[in-house]
Amino acid sequence: MEQLRIIIIGATSSIAKHCARHWVCKASNMLLVGRDEERLAITAEDLRARGPQADIRTITVDFLDGDGIDSLVANYSSDGAIDIALVAHGHLPDQVAAQSTLTDCKNALMVNGVSPAIFMEALSKHMEPAGKGSLAIIGSVAGDRGRKSNYIYGSSKSLVDRYAQGLQHRLAGSGVHVCLIKPGPTLTAMTSHLLGTGMKLAPVEDVAISIVRAIEERKAVIYTPGKWRLIMLIIKHLPRFIFNKLDI
Amino acid sequence: MVTISSWGRLEQPEHELRPLQHRSSLASTLRDGAPGLPFGMGRSYGDVCLNPEGTLWTTRSLDNFIRFDQANGIIECEAGVLLKDIQELIVPLGWMLPVTPGTQFVTVGGAIANDVHGKNHHEYGSFGNHVERLLLCRTDGEEIECGPGMHDDWYAATVGGMGLTGVISRATISLRRIETPWMTVESIPFYSLEEFYKLADRSESDWEYTVSWIDCVAKNDRRGIFFRANHSLAIPTQDYSTSRRNLVFTPPISLVNRLSLKPFNWAYFHSHRLRSGEKEMHYQPFFYPLDQIQNWNRMYGPRGFYQYQCVIPTENREAAIAALLDETTNSNSGSFLAVLKTFGEKPSSGLLSFPQAGATLALDFPNRGKATLDLMQRLDVIVGQAGGRLYAAKDARMTAGLYAAGYPNLDQFQPFRDPGISSALSRRLLGS
Repeated sequence: MEQLRIIIIGATSSIAKHCARHWVCKASNMLLVGRDEERLAITAEDLRARGPQADIRTITVDFLDGDGIDSLVANYSSDGAIDIALVAHGHLPDQVAAQSTLTDCKNALMVNGVSPAIFMEALSKHMEPAGKGSLAIIGSVAGDRGRKSNYIYGSSKSLVDRYAQGLQHRLAGSGVHVCLIKPGPTLTAMTSHLLGTGMKLAPVEDVAISIVRAIEERKAVIYTPGKWRLIMLIIKHLPRFIFNKLDI
Repeated sequence: MVTISSWGRLEQPEHELRPLQHRSSLASTLRDGAPGLPFGMGRSYGDVCLNPEGTLWTTRSLDNFIRFDQANGIIECEAGVLLKDIQELIVPLGWMLPVTPGTQFVTVGGAIANDVHGKNHHEYGSFGNHVERLLLCRTDGEEIECGPGMHDDWYAATVGGMGLTGVISRATISLRRIETPWMTVESIPFYSLEEFYKLADRSESDWEYTVSWIDCVAKNDRRGIFFRANHSLAIPTQDYSTSRRNLVFTPPISLVNRLSLKPFNWAYFHSHRLRSGEKEMHYQPFFYPLDQIQNWNRMYGPRGFYQYQCVIPTENREAAIAALLDETTNSNSGSFLAVLKTFGEKPSSGLLSFPQAGATLALDFPNRGKATLDLMQRLDVIVGQAGGRLYAAKDARMTAGLYAAGYPNLDQFQPFRDPGISSALSRRLLGS
């Protein structure tokens, strides 16, 4: 039986929670990192019921505090090498509102872009010497091309995308696997207000399964559901004069 | 607004969906949407889970386990957890839900609110009999914890209370031990109702699960297949693997129709007759045969279908069940998933619970408009005269009179209603 050490950032997010449920039976140790203590406790209870053998802890941290994040990761890796790290936090801003309230705009850029980058950097720093483990980051199809309906969220996710790419380059050959996950619209707490707007949302269970599999197979970049690779390939290559006429 | 149908797919009314995200923040969501209705998987057949033009508070995000006591077989979870999630967690560890309906794709909240039953009613009663505690969130923000020995009145109103007493946010359920995930199943063909009752009554002491399929198309004899089962004590050598199929589109007409019913029923009877006898079966296909075809309800076509399930008290069962089946056969409306079973004496926990000692008959009718409604009205007369009642979780059309006659505790239930909750069914049968 595997005895994995797993750290999950944004552990109360729907996608992270469902991944954790897959991993918990193989875990000896899990650290759930989040912002809301009460919700972390609820997630931890759920995982303990599913995997009573695992030692599950929770911790809150300021998601923009570089030093705090560094010492949190340093602490966790000092007890043993990390096998899986998942950076999954995010917040879908109201694009129109954030265009007029620039504090919202800034906050969205920070929490969706800068914060995951700091976590990735901290995790790389402590995983590289161990020479093993998977570092998985949740990006988004929205990061592939800026669109008027969500470029604030999209551009922060594209920061995540480039950052992961850089880490993949740096850590190639180090034994640490960096996996960038690009989900399409998924039915989660973050998107529940989109229900009934005609947008097709993928079940979070399916997205979680493909993430777990991508990590096992040490994939570099995955789209989930897989059809989004093709959709985004087309959108990325649409000539501007067509693209600018689209209401997307 | 989003269109939402129940499992019978009779209508596609518009609803506003408001997901209940976290059990810590229920109160504020409930205040905003009232009057609304808690909604789980939408697996009830009629309008008990619908609130047209109103709010549905969807409970599927409340899907966390809270505690699993492996030593004593007690599980506590949020109300949006599926029975499937529970079974998958506990079965490998030698536990099982004591009562489970014919699908595992229902939420715990829905199972309590409809006080669902299974094939082992004579041994284990209904789902509510195993609920030790539940937490009810009222739309005014009040939280009431109840169960046997704690606010018994609220517990009795909420089990089988169709979601009308508040939103169930969490529940504690006691489990039963199993030796293996396998079942020893015996199937026996029968050729008359007398034979069925004899088999049913004789099997109750030695077999935990009993149920029968009955051919309600064949005119000459009342043939059927009687199934009885116990949990296996040893794991058989065979393997079990699931493969779920999906009915990916809705056929333009019902696949269950006058032309198909006779051959369907004939083939079902004879294929089971030829394979009758004892065999080992994994619990999943035994409990949940229809779960193997996703969206099987689409086979009734775009107009959907009615389910009609009644229970007739033991003293009147012979005559009434025979009359119900004759009426169905003569109408040529037929039914493919006709199920006949006996309920035991174990009293249900809920004021409005469906199960009571007697025989229960479940029929499915493709929606053919007035002809189908007229047939069910004729069935209502038989049920009413026999002192029986209909199952609200399957109903879309009974009259308030028949409901009140079948559920004498209705007046006692009314004071426990949450004024911020209303459903199509409650407006039809309970006046608001």
